Amino acid sequence: MSTRLATGGRFIDRSQPRAFSFNGKRLRGYAGDTLASALLANDQMLVGRSFKYHRPRGVVAAGAEEPNGLVNLGKGQHFEPNQRVTTTELFDGLEAESQNHWPSLEFDVGAVNARLSRFLPAGFYYKMFIHPRSFWKHIYEPFIRASAGLGKAPKSRDADTYEHFHAHVDVLVIGGGISGLAAALAAGRAGVRVLLIEQTAHWGGRAPVDDPQINGLGAEEWINSTLQALEEMPNVQIRTRMMGAGVYDHGSVLCYEQLTDHIGPKDGPRHRLWQVRADRVITATGAIERPLSFAGNDVPGVMLAAALRDFVVNFGVSVGDRTVVVTNNDDAYRTAIVLKTAGLDVPCIVDARPAPTGELVAEARALGIRVEAGKGIAKVKGGKRVTAVALCAQAGEGAVLEEIPCDAVAMSGGWSPVVHLWSHCGGKLTWDEAGAMFRPDPDRPPTGADGEGFVLAAGTANGFLATSEALADAYAAGQIAAGIKKGKGPSALAPAEEPMAPVWMMPQGAAISLREKMWLDYQNDVKVSDVQLAAREGYESVEHTKRYTTLGMATDQGKLSNINGLAILSDSLGRPIPSVGTTTFRPPYTPISMGAIAGAARDGLFQPIRKTPMHGWHEANGAEFEPVGQWRRPYAFRRNGESTEAAVHREVKNTRDAVGLLDASTLGKLIVKGPDAGKFLDMLYTNMMSTLPVGKCRYGLMCSENGFLSDDGVVARIDEDTWLCHTTTGGADRIHAWMEDWLQCEWWNWKVYVANVTEQYAQVAVVGPKARMLLEKLGGGMDLSKEALPFMQWADGRIGDFDARVYRISFSGELSYEVAVPAGQGLAFWEALLAAGEEFGVMPYGTEALHIMRAEKGFIMIGDETDGTIIPQDLGLSWAISKKKDDYLGKRAHQRPHMTDPNRWKLVGLETTDGSVIPDGAYAVSEGVNDNGQRNTQGRVTSTYMSPTLGRGIAMGLILNGPDRMGELVEFPKIDGTSVTAKIVSPVFYDPEGEKQNG
Amino acid sequence: MLTLTCPYCGTHADETELAPGGEAHLKRFGPGSSDEDFEDYLFRRANPKGVHFERWRHAYGCGKWFLAARCTTTLEVYGTYPAQTTEPPEHILETIAAKRPGWSWEADT
Repeated sequence: MSTRLATGGRFIDRSQPRAFSFNGKRLRGYAGDTLASALLANDQMLVGRSFKYHRPRGVVAAGAEEPNGLVNLGKGQHFEPNQRVTTTELFDGLEAESQNHWPSLEFDVGAVNARLSRFLPAGFYYKMFIHPRSFWKHIYEPFIRASAGLGKAPKSRDADTYEHFHAHVDVLVIGGGISGLAAALAAGRAGVRVLLIEQTAHWGGRAPVDDPQINGLGAEEWINSTLQALEEMPNVQIRTRMMGAGVYDHGSVLCYEQLTDHIGPKDGPRHRLWQVRADRVITATGAIERPLSFAGNDVPGVMLAAALRDFVVNFGVSVGDRTVVVTNNDDAYRTAIVLKTAGLDVPCIVDARPAPTGELVAEARALGIRVEAGKGIAKVKGGKRVTAVALCAQAGEGAVLEEIPCDAVAMSGGWSPVVHLWSHCGGKLTWDEAGAMFRPDPDRPPTGADGEGFVLAAGTANGFLATSEALADAYAAGQIAAGIKKGKGPSALAPAEEPMAPVWMMPQGAAISLREKMWLDYQNDVKVSDVQLAAREGYESVEHTKRYTTLGMATDQGKLSNINGLAILSDSLGRPIPSVGTTTFRPPYTPISMGAIAGAARDGLFQPIRKTPMHGWHEANGAEFEPVGQWRRPYAFRRNGESTEAAVHREVKNTRDAVGLLDASTLGKLIVKGPDAGKFLDMLYTNMMSTLPVGKCRYGLMCSENGFLSDDGVVARIDEDTWLCHTTTGGADRIHAWMEDWLQCEWWNWKVYVANVTEQYAQVAVVGPKARMLLEKLGGGMDLSKEALPFMQWADGRIGDFDARVYRISFSGELSYEVAVPAGQGLAFWEALLAAGEEFGVMPYGTEALHIMRAEKGFIMIGDETDGTIIPQDLGLSWAISKKKDDYLGKRAHQRPHMTDPNRWKLVGLETTDGSVIPDGAYAVSEGVNDNGQRNTQGRVTSTYMSPTLGRGIAMGLILNGPDRMGELVEFPKIDGTSVTAKIVSPVFYDPEGEKQNG
Repeated sequence: MLTLTCPYCGTHADETELAPGGEAHLKRFGPGSSDEDFEDYLFRRANPKGVHFERWRHAYGCGKWFLAARCTTTLEVYGTYPAQTTEPPEHILETIAAKRPGWSWEADT
């Protein structure tokens, strides 16, 4: 059984017990435990079920590489799935639940998949779930959804807060093991700004467990003295619980700091996402031990050798009473020695190498541990827990030589440098034959803006597995990063090790019955036999094999499985490992929270909301808002409990019959000024703006160079060299940028200035037959008569107590004055209009009434009638395209064959025969079906409303040859299977002569 | 997350301050041009693996458009310069030539 030892445990404080629960079971650990060590101390070996076969799984590793120990953590608003038990620090009240099991962890129905594993090979989903197509919706998808997925999605709102930090440093050192400390020390001594970060709560990495001598000191002593030296340097900052998540272009590094995860829910930010910009980045990220591929290497109790001794030394936890060590290198002997010294039984060290004789081997033998050289494990016995291992000759096919009862297996297949961060931004790797590992190629680093390498791998992460070499390399890296000459760094003393022997399969001639029980990827349930099958089926690229087998695609991104998997692939393909290569290393190194990515950008801070000067009044008077760009505009103003629809219809009727007010302040207002402003606007608009007389307004269209309609609005000529261009609400910033682009990059010698004055003015549309009366009642002396200020003219003057610019323009078809006043006076002006308008029955109206009235009038709306594929000619707007101009943006495109095709769908009005409303987005069908058996189409609806003015459904739509088919009927199928018939009519449903707006 | 120096305000700007604008030094073809020239102008881009000239706007800074010469594979930046030019300035071409023997502006276009 796994248990807490009576003594030992560097990290734990036995005077501080911590209560926690696992699957509802109340358990106890100590301060300093991880959830993994606390579970193991309570003999909770089984921590989860595997993804595909639901096999029982236990903890395999002791750090970030752990594939099995993923739990749902916390409750309610603090719930989070897929938390690794090995990196989750224990706190009082922690609640964890295992994942991927039903109905319980101990008894799981899905485990039947394991019995079916012969029928669930690599690519099973691709092969099985293709036909018949109709099975997808009701059979395949529900089945896959029910059985797939790690963890549960949170159901509640996240109660925690998160934040972003930015930092600029000369040297960022990622990894606080002895290599990281040495590199930071070297750079710090050189005087540059250094940030040193460590993902765990502890400095020194694994060095204190193996305890080499450094500069004549014990490892822990050297670590503490180095930390003290770093803390005394004002140019050095050090932080724990902060991971280097990703390295990006030009020294940009994303770091992830966990502030409160180790103490549980608490006020203040939980995670902090750092955007660090570093001149040089040192990755001192260490190495990860590789599993060995033998049958049953996933049975709970089989663990990485170094992890097993980490649990003993760091947490005082023994994983088993009798541990068999299986290895291809000397390092795993340390585990045997640690276990034996702790009083535990090590019945045998199984070494795949024929004749190991290193110092550690001798030390183990001296302790009386039996060493079986040239042997391997044929298979592990046991289901939810190891009960024994069967030994065989490594060189054979797996004939069992003897069975050794045990309850734990410590395996080591060698070490892989953590090259993820080196690789993120393009650093290349080289295959190290002696170490059977990929290591950073110093000649091909990721390069920065200056063309020089900006990442330096250091120490173990650079492929220097021996402590003395790692320290020397890391110290030199610190000096190089700081731009100084290499000097002497710390020296270390540790037992010499003999070379490891690459072992990719155990035994090397294993039969299929063994190979289909050898796990490569624990989290995604990928076995040696799956990768071999993929190779046989023709998958040669490692990237394709990865996707076909899902090797390395789980949340651990193959930290344990990648090298073993591609070694199997390379063997199956008969090609050397370096020519097969690795899959791409992508950030983040381990998953980071969505909250940290969002940071403070949620709720009101998600996006700035733009509000008009009258916004507060709208809020206080029943406005329902809708987003338009970054603005919030009133959709309708509900009164006395009426429905939204009733409010909209009341607003339309009142505006048509009496007078309505629209807050039009959001409309884009761009001042275009200068001697060449007219010439410039003639290029931007499809029609002529240079000839517009001062005092007059003209509706204009803007197209992209592709010819597609991009924006529209009314332009007013203010004076000889000044125009004011109205844009759509959502288009103001875009059109402003568009103008700047052409002025700066194409016509830079034209004398034109553009200013966006959208927010400088509040604008109110006073609309309806009584609009003039209302404005005249306010006084001020402006002549607003038809004669003095006719339709499509503007004038400056005073309305009541307000300086105003009055435009006679109409988007509703009614008599309409759009009045602009300085923004600061917007609310006062609005309230003055409401007070004066009381006797005329004035009411505010919202955007929906605006939309209905413009549709009744057949006015197009950018974004409804246009979608980026529509040209003005499609919309019956050819009258707004100048024939006299040699050029305008979009003119050349309008001459392309597809644009002049007479069969382009064109805008018409649609009147339903039964008076109903055509559903939004409906298509008009024509005879016959297409290749997919769908009805052919001949048009679609672009705007559709119930018109309160006409008392019937009206719509605008694009119809094949529509303008030539007035009076014809077209059919629009509805989702419910019925259809609605509409007559093709003119899009102008209301006041076609324009008597009202001109009045 | 590139950093580029805005040639107008001198700011060493983070990519979050900038807005990309595609390939630089395109020649505009308008009415009267051939279908081929116009199509090239609208749609055909060099998209090189190597030296590239790009349009960038210092959108959250001074608002000016500028041009950048950089390598799309090594991420090396050879320089930035004002947009009011139809071809890269001499000092930029010299910088690139020094770093990339054999490369020339004419050969690239």
